[in-house]
Amino acid sequence: MTASPFLRPPWDNLNRQHQAVSLGMWIFLVSEILLFAGLFAGYGVYRHLYPASFAKASAQTDIVFGTVNTAILMTSSLSIALAGGLARARLPRLAWYCLLATLVLGAAFLVVKGFEYREDIDKHLFPGPQFALGGTGPALFFSFYWIMTGVHAAHVSGGLAAIARLLIASRNEPAWLSGGGSEEATALYWHLVDVIWIVLYPLLYLNGRTHG
Amino acid sequence: MDKTRIWRLCRLPLLVWAALCVLLATTCFLAYVPMGRGNLPVSLCIAGLKAALIGAVFMRLREPNALNRLAASAGPIWLFIMFLLIGADYYTR
Repeated sequence: MTASPFLRPPWDNLNRQHQAVSLGMWIFLVSEILLFAGLFAGYGVYRHLYPASFAKASAQTDIVFGTVNTAILMTSSLSIALAGGLARARLPRLAWYCLLATLVLGAAFLVVKGFEYREDIDKHLFPGPQFALGGTGPALFFSFYWIMTGVHAAHVSGGLAAIARLLIASRNEPAWLSGGGSEEATALYWHLVDVIWIVLYPLLYLNGRTHG
Repeated sequence: MDKTRIWRLCRLPLLVWAALCVLLATTCFLAYVPMGRGNLPVSLCIAGLKAALIGAVFMRLREPNALNRLAASAGPIWLFIMFLLIGADYYTR
């Protein structure tokens, strides 16, 4: 039996290699969840201590940018899931285009986020001497807003780099996508980035909207 | 190219995506409906539902792979314990 060119040591066969990739990736993702969990816990405690201030400050974020970006990331999750399914079904060319769509959508997310950051800075929503909202509570909310969205954007950038690597590596040999497990690992990471944004969305954009 | 085969492969992910879009529209709409202290819990429940859909279908946790399910369940379990202990302090003061 000829060994697959995608097989890496120490694995005896591709099935075990794929199993190891997905298990290792899941363990990594859980550690990522716990990184964000600290931020979620901090947010929860301070929201409990300053409920009115958090509601008032949250109403200042731009819900249109936030909602559009949520839709973009969810669609990118769809495209990378389709890429995986098509690659496993030995339709690598279509899978490659789905990955390309994911890259474009991920970049679009960062562009929209950039426009939003510019608007936030114009509105002086950065805690500091010129902060538009007075008081400790709003400053704490926007500290969480900048840190959470900043850390998330760094994760999106990392995911885009991984997707770009897949696209380049499989450009001349699309079958490579379904080979060693890189596509599966990248897709799992990208879905987690989407899930984290889905949790950030209500915390940062939906809270306090009933206060007018 | 076999269009029927491609459609069969894409149907479930597309349905999940449609459900995610409906949930996004729902949570956005409900954010403007006065529910007192219920607004954030409702929007977080919808976020949890969206995350579960992505986990089950896009991240393939619905497939019978006990190792992956075990590893993935560690995240929510430890999160629950952490929030329980923090809540037992701050939310009961």
